[in-house]
Amino acid sequence: MTATVENDTPKAVETARSAGRFLFIAAVVLICAWVLVPIYLLMVNTLSSPQEVTGFPKTGIPSFDFSSIQFFISFAGVAKALWNSVLVAVLTMILSIGIGAPAGYALSRFDFPGKEAFRMLVVMTRAFPLPLLALPLAVLFIRTGLDDTAIGLAIVHTVLAIPFAVLITFSLFSGIPLELEEAAWTLGCNRWQAFQKVVLPLVLPGIAASAVFAFTISWNEVFAAAVLTIENRTLPAFLVQNLNVSPLHLKFAGGAAMVIPALIFIFAVRKYLFAMWGIANR
Amino acid sequence: MTPKALPYLLLLPATVFLLVFFVYPFIQIALLAVTGPEGFTLQHVQTMASHWKFNTALGWTILLAAVVVPIQLVMALSMASIVTKLQTGRSAILYIFSIPLGLSDLAAGIVWLAIFEQSGFLNSMLYGLGVVEQPILFLGYQNIWVIFLAVVLAEVWRATAIVMVILVSGMGLIPKEYYEAGEVFGASAWQRFIKITLPMLRPSLQSALILRTLAAFEVFAVVTALGGTTLPVLMGETFQWQFTLQDRNVASAYALVILAISIAATLFFLRALRVPKGATI
Repeated sequence: MTATVENDTPKAVETARSAGRFLFIAAVVLICAWVLVPIYLLMVNTLSSPQEVTGFPKTGIPSFDFSSIQFFISFAGVAKALWNSVLVAVLTMILSIGIGAPAGYALSRFDFPGKEAFRMLVVMTRAFPLPLLALPLAVLFIRTGLDDTAIGLAIVHTVLAIPFAVLITFSLFSGIPLELEEAAWTLGCNRWQAFQKVVLPLVLPGIAASAVFAFTISWNEVFAAAVLTIENRTLPAFLVQNLNVSPLHLKFAGGAAMVIPALIFIFAVRKYLFAMWGIANR
Repeated sequence: MTPKALPYLLLLPATVFLLVFFVYPFIQIALLAVTGPEGFTLQHVQTMASHWKFNTALGWTILLAAVVVPIQLVMALSMASIVTKLQTGRSAILYIFSIPLGLSDLAAGIVWLAIFEQSGFLNSMLYGLGVVEQPILFLGYQNIWVIFLAVVLAEVWRATAIVMVILVSGMGLIPKEYYEAGEVFGASAWQRFIKITLPMLRPSLQSALILRTLAAFEVFAVVTALGGTTLPVLMGETFQWQFTLQDRNVASAYALVILAISIAATLFFLRALRVPKGATI
């Protein structure tokens, strides 16, 4: 009697545990499907011919017909829009790291009056709907000849990316002990040499990750791009301004052209995503 | 160069840049919205407020944020808890979970358009299951609530990842000892979540909620992709006034409204989730 009772209890616990385990795995699979299935469906449409895209009912299996993609690439303005997107994103990347990284280094290495004020300025940018900056800047840019140029748009995107660049580089530099730099100083390096030979190699991968992040911010931005460019549209601006007139297969191929680089970018920076945000919380 | 001047020199580019391209433009927006040829005027604000689309745009924008943000919070908390409990395949699953982080709202709108359009995958599925005999026009102007639902789905799909990433890194900062102590005193997993995780996560929750709510007020491309101008939102109206109607003063008045509700939301979350002084980890 007692023996069976003793056997029973662990069994119940066991079933409860395996049921919990099953639920847990089911939840993981479900969320992965929730993320991946819509992307898969977009790719199915992209890899189907224009007739299939407007056809009904759909099978959900791509026919690997590249005529939609061909149509998209040869559509007037697309190639230029793609090139503009890349150009603006690269400029944003250079500007935001070039301006943000020195600030991140200063915040991590020095204590000085005004430090808190600067931090407030950076944090404040997050409490404002930044794409709206495009409205007044459109006026300023027309006056200075920056309207409808890649650099003008890159400047607005840099405002979006700078808070991240500062906070990410701050956390990167903070992760490197000051003692390493001090050791280099005692061995005869000056401040710049020590930075160049000791700190820079250690933070370079992280800086590259935050540069990719800046690239992604610019690549995806729609509102400011649509407001500030007329002739030199970026891909998102081009798509959003043609949404109501473009055929479905053009929209889907355009969507895919925006999604695929994003997938690669996130894969490239995945290791740093959490380090970035861990510090951005404070 | 004196060492004292070095930090200021390093901060100079960023400070100047932000003053010129962030602080100054926002002052400009305010000026554009309330000045006309003869100085101060409330005419632009009146034009905006008396236009029939203003109230609906404001209403839809706030309703969208009120529906989307809580769903995202619950989903992100579950996803973050799952991630922290994972033993095998953690990095692969984390990558999949955070994919939408890199997607733009326009791309998300187009992705969900593939599902909801008349010859799209939802209709194909319903037809295949025999639920409908004809494909339904989901995103027509008669079905404004379906458009709303599609926008909610697209927003939840796209922007939950950012909340999850912030919460995962916040959870990583909570010391393990707290959970061990909780377990010793017999707290169940649910109790540990309510009594330890949630209170300790307050700073992360705060920044995630502020970030997401503000972004929700700026919703634009998703709505345009899925519903055109059928479902008016504030950012879309700003765009319309700037472009189609060529009136940047009224567009700036709209921008001020978005700014005002953003600041209100930020202050609300700063107060509601205030971190007591000295209580940080």
